[in-house]
Amino acid sequence: MGSPDQIPLSAASRLGRLLRRWGVHPDGRKHPAAGTEIAVLPLPPRLTLPLMQHIGAPARPIVAAGDRVLRGQMIAEAAGPISAPIHAPTSGTIAGIAEVPVPHPSGLTGPAILLDVDGKDEALETEGADPWTLEPAEIARRVSAAGIVGMGGATFPSAVKLALGQKKPIPTLILNGGECEPYLSCDDRLMRERAAEVIDGARIILRAIGGERVLIGVENNKPEAIDALAAAAASHAEVQVVAVPSRYPMGSEKQLINWLTGQEVPADGRAADIGVVVHNVGTAAAIHRALRFGEPLTRRIVTVSGGAIRTPRNLEVRIGTPLSALVDFCGGTTGEVARWVMGGPMMGLSVSNLAVPIIKGSGGLLALREEETADGADAGPCIRCASCVGACPIGLMPLDMAALIRSGDLKASVDIGLKDCIACGTCSYVCPSHIPLVHYFNYAKGELASQDKGKLRQDAIKQLAEERSARMEREAREKAEAAAARKAERERAKAEAAAKAAAKKAAQEAAKQEESTT
Amino acid sequence: MNTVLSSPHAIGARSVGNVMGLVLIALVPATLAGFWRFGWPSVYLWLVTILACVATEVLCVRLRGLSAGKAVFDGSAVLTGWLLAMSLPPWAPWWIGVVGGVFAVAITKHLFGGLGQNLFNPAMAARVMLLISFPVEMTQWLLPTPDALPGALDALAITFGAGAPDAMSSASLLGHIKAEATKGVLLDQSLPGHYSATAFGMGERQGSLGETSALLLLAGGIFLVIKGVIGLRIPLAFLAGVVVPAAIASAVAPDHYLGPVAHLLSGGVMLAAFFIATDYVTSASTPLGQWIFGLGCGLLTWIIRTWGAYPEGIAFAIMLMNATAPLIDQYTRPRIFGRKRDGRSLNPAETVKARAR
Ligand code: SF4
Ligand code: SF4
Repeated sequence: MGSPDQIPLSAASRLGRLLRRWGVHPDGRKHPAAGTEIAVLPLPPRLTLPLMQHIGAPARPIVAAGDRVLRGQMIAEAAGPISAPIHAPTSGTIAGIAEVPVPHPSGLTGPAILLDVDGKDEALETEGADPWTLEPAEIARRVSAAGIVGMGGATFPSAVKLALGQKKPIPTLILNGGECEPYLSCDDRLMRERAAEVIDGARIILRAIGGERVLIGVENNKPEAIDALAAAAASHAEVQVVAVPSRYPMGSEKQLINWLTGQEVPADGRAADIGVVVHNVGTAAAIHRALRFGEPLTRRIVTVSGGAIRTPRNLEVRIGTPLSALVDFCGGTTGEVARWVMGGPMMGLSVSNLAVPIIKGSGGLLALREEETADGADAGPCIRCASCVGACPIGLMPLDMAALIRSGDLKASVDIGLKDCIACGTCSYVCPSHIPLVHYFNYAKGELASQDKGKLRQDAIKQLAEERSARMEREAREKAEAAAARKAERERAKAEAAAKAAAKKAAQEAAKQEESTT
Repeated sequence: MNTVLSSPHAIGARSVGNVMGLVLIALVPATLAGFWRFGWPSVYLWLVTILACVATEVLCVRLRGLSAGKAVFDGSAVLTGWLLAMSLPPWAPWWIGVVGGVFAVAITKHLFGGLGQNLFNPAMAARVMLLISFPVEMTQWLLPTPDALPGALDALAITFGAGAPDAMSSASLLGHIKAEATKGVLLDQSLPGHYSATAFGMGERQGSLGETSALLLLAGGIFLVIKGVIGLRIPLAFLAGVVVPAAIASAVAPDHYLGPVAHLLSGGVMLAAFFIATDYVTSASTPLGQWIFGLGCGLLTWIIRTWGAYPEGIAFAIMLMNATAPLIDQYTRPRIFGRKRDGRSLNPAETVKARAR
């Protein structure tokens, strides 16, 4: 167990691995956080629970200010098929629903439920079940009810991916333990300390999707995690732990699938199309808890690190805890913070406000010193060194895409693959001219999305206008028809009256004649 | 701290200045060997050429309203001058270096839009221009004589005064056999006494200032490959483009065609394969394109050497390939993940079928 050679790969994909050495080897900087056990962060006085912690529709609140809630109680329900409920991470009183700063690229605010913590941490009575007695659909339902979303940062509602197996069984489950972003070690610690939970979660997911095997891909810079998982999986033949090279972005879903199975997810399809589904190791642990103990997702592990944090480490944190509480627990900063980042340095989000809460998808909080960031490196002209071309895991030409975007030709940049870009940041990382390539791509994608939206709106307006003129036409036609009908009616009545009069007259005449004859 | 800053929040250690610096370091051994062989005149020429390039760079950058400091410190002008000097006859007069340097930086680089925008390699374009305009000065090759070199003062007179004494200059190997061949003299007679693989490998031959020490250039090239500054594709393809046709032709008709080793060790093949064809800006940037580009440079070099009017064809070969590089890139884009070569998405049914097989 644990050897990558157990996976049969075609000669072609082995050759491909040799020829296309995509990716980069950024400085790991996983220590000292990775070497320290997970600590539990004490409850803060107030939790902020944004309604939008997942991909899909925001959750709908079902509590009001003044309500007392218990830990694990649902406080916002899923709004539609792609959404996730939110549960109270501890007991306390709802203080209200307000617009607060949320972790979002726009740096904007969003609606959140505010919970005043009472410190008692009273839990709702919950009940687990033996997942092996449950139907796959019931497993998916329970995962959905537990509010579980992709905890590697994608935050896609997990139950939706589990339900895919009901249409057609999905043979392969891949657990993503890559954790290829520098600094982050929350998954590493989880795999080391709670390997049994991860393996159990994986087997539950496998049952839900009707699968046959689990491949757990872990980067080979985490030998302890690999050993722990392999030991926990020893009695489960269907689970295989595979060491993958430490290379960014190995933890990207498509790259990991490709490495482990030799298959490529079609550009216009998804993993399930090739019989694979990928979940993060943290998600598997959360699913284990939801099924075995009926415990919804209300806490997660977060790596607090970066050169400006005094004692970097991993914390188990209730969802909704403000970032400042994590920083304080880690001894504060050295005062040299050039940039705060939520998530990893490659794809994370820069934040400016430490009142922002930890949400379901937040795996890291980094306080980077100036020399750890891209600050101070002015962008120069592209020297066509092709570093970005060689490093792009998708096989794009970042230099050409950026040049086209700069010249305003967004359409041409789409033609050469802009929409296939996964925004992994590898190209920007390697560029010796420090060109913010990903910034260009994100800008262009946003611009195209709003153009599409604008076009949709125009189409909608056009449709409305068409409907209106159709309605008016119809009304006019109906009016005309009605008028015609009325006219016909009148004429008929007239004719009838005339006929009647004629008949009367005839009758009178006849009577007269009778009279005269008698 | 109020701005939203784009990911990634970390960048690699490599910068443009850093890359140029590594290339300069890789050039040092071969350059020193050139100085040792050709003496003070070559040192002066080297200095003058680099100074001309840097001064022109500063001037152009000022004229274009950019900040001069950064442009000069990125080292690209120094590199252009250095490479140009490497490909000049070692005792050429100072004004050759100056005219070449000004042309390289002002015309081939800044007229095309500055760093990263030029179509042609500045050093090669300047060399071709000089060769066409000043054929006499550009073909004054002298046999290296480390023991009988002029002193620093006498050398001033050579570089800044009268130029190389006629008696000391002679034709290069490639020029010699070309001249002989036009007279109908075959290789079995024209070659002996003019070529020995060991001497050529060590750089004991006529040639430009920096192109003669094939082995030191190779060492510098390997250093750059190890450092990840250049890839292996262009140099390997370049060498193959010269060696393969030379091997075939010389096997078929040894009297008419120079053998592969002689081709590799003469002229500027090593310098060009590792330091000039690999120029980022003017070479192809896709993986397949780099193979094609390198192969094209090598093949054209061999063709021009063998049948062209000039004995050495590298500068022309590289400029020709420079001109086609954008086209090569366009037609050799890598296949996008999850798509077929033509850009359509992979069909899930097909992949599943492929898996079943
Ligand atoms: S950000 Fe996009 S273009 Fe850049 S390396 Fe990643 S996938 Fe390629
Ligand atoms: S890495 Fe930067 S400088 Fe190099 S080709 Fe790409 S965009 Fe240009």
